[in-house]
Amino acid sequence: MITTSSRFHADAALTWLLRLAGGAAVLVLGGIVAVLVIQSVPFLVEHGWALWGNDWQPGLGRYGMAAMVAGSVLVSMLALGIAGPVAVLLAAWLRYFAPTIRRPILILVELMAGIPSVVYGLWGMLVLVPWINQWAPPGASWLAASLVLALMILPLALLVTDTALGQLPGRYLQAGQALSLSRVGMLRRVLLPQAWPSIVSGLVLQFGRALGETMAVLMVAGNVVQWPASLFDPVRTLTANIALEMAYATGDHRIALFASGLLLLLVTAVLLILSWRVRGGEYEPG
Amino acid sequence: MWLQRWWLVLAVMLLAGCQPGADKLVITGSSTIAPLMADLAEQFETHRGIQVDVQSGGSGRGISDVRQGLADFGMVSRAPTSDEKDLDAHLIGRDGIAMIVHADNPVRALSDAQIVAIYTGALDNWSELGGKAGAITVVHKAEGRSTQELFLDHFGLSSDQVKPDLVIGENQQGIKAVAGDPNAIGYVSIGSAIYEADAGVPLRLLPLSGVPATLENVDQGRYPLSRELNLVSQGALSEVARQWLAFVTDPARAETYHDYYFLPVSR
Repeated sequence: MITTSSRFHADAALTWLLRLAGGAAVLVLGGIVAVLVIQSVPFLVEHGWALWGNDWQPGLGRYGMAAMVAGSVLVSMLALGIAGPVAVLLAAWLRYFAPTIRRPILILVELMAGIPSVVYGLWGMLVLVPWINQWAPPGASWLAASLVLALMILPLALLVTDTALGQLPGRYLQAGQALSLSRVGMLRRVLLPQAWPSIVSGLVLQFGRALGETMAVLMVAGNVVQWPASLFDPVRTLTANIALEMAYATGDHRIALFASGLLLLLVTAVLLILSWRVRGGEYEPG
Repeated sequence: MWLQRWWLVLAVMLLAGCQPGADKLVITGSSTIAPLMADLAEQFETHRGIQVDVQSGGSGRGISDVRQGLADFGMVSRAPTSDEKDLDAHLIGRDGIAMIVHADNPVRALSDAQIVAIYTGALDNWSELGGKAGAITVVHKAEGRSTQELFLDHFGLSSDQVKPDLVIGENQQGIKAVAGDPNAIGYVSIGSAIYEADAGVPLRLLPLSGVPATLENVDQGRYPLSRELNLVSQGALSEVARQWLAFVTDPARAETYHDYYFLPVSR
């Protein structure tokens, strides 16, 4: 209980400061949502269900966004599908099988996490895309985008998993050794299941980051508005669409881009809620 | 003490902001030209202390604003039509587009019909055009870019007819995409294509209707895939407006034009 008597002015001031800070965070988020909604509502009312089409031709007044929603989700899912298992296995291996090289590798990984996304994008554009192009032109594709994203989210996914494993009580390991369980069995049956909620929450955050990534994806995804028929087909994500067209969009086209921002927010919210339920409804930060 | 000084600075700034707008220019119109004009306007303000307000909204708005006396100049990214005889057009520069392929591509020239066939997906292999066999990677620009507009306009295409393999935003991205793929074809602003090709990037600019893609040809209006950048005005020009025209067409501003991949008009 925080007292507000005159002797504790500092406390009272701090309380209000904290309330203000908390309120500001809510206000900013609320403001973003409000701006997006206010900007897009007249447009949503007018175009309504046509937005669920696949035909994005703003010059001709056709604003189908379904293919781009699919693009965003597919690219991020594959990226998580690649980076997730690698992160979990590598973190477990480093912690329980190769503790001597764990520190140097984690330092390297932390450095990797600090590289700006545009650098990953440039590498993807100059190395990865031409390389894929040799096997399956045009190279810029769903696969290229997912690989670049996987590389980008791997460092933090690995660090989060490592922390999650580190927070498990040491007695699990001791009890397992006392029962002469194998290390692999220990990991599979006890340690990973115990750390699972924290690992999943870390991976979901990375998924959100992948969904929101713009420049790196823009540089390697090919940006053709379509449902990809294979891994080697180009796709366009919602974020890339906004970045590509916002600077030159006017009128309805511009509002359509605001609406696609709102859509992205909704997709992220739905995914967060889903992951929340997977974890059993409780929020326990890693 | 320092606080008082800052108050003074603030007061001066506020007063400066309240200056009456007699010496002020309003320029509206083409979103193609607007970024260039905004940059030049900033330089003009620092050099001459005269405020220039630049607003984009399309060439059509530029023309109607000038006719209604709402703007001193209209930005129009095309040649004036016969309906616009009441306005004075001041040519300030040109904007051109080059079709580019990889330097290793043996194809030396494409007709307009072939380019249309490639971009609509009717032709999908270089072997059909006398090149080495390989699926053509069609590089197209994102919606709303003036380069894309000019390209579609010139070839009489509608944006939904184009079947791209790669959609790009900036010119640089297009150049990297074509330089990294021997089977690609794309189009970018001619200034940036020539600059990069000269810098050793493996690109080749294709001639259009037999006219090589060179700056001279654009400058002299011979190159087909280019357009004029005009400032239009109506009636006699004020002293400030004259100063502005002289300022933007001064050869010393050429660098600014190049920053936006435009060619300043030659003197």
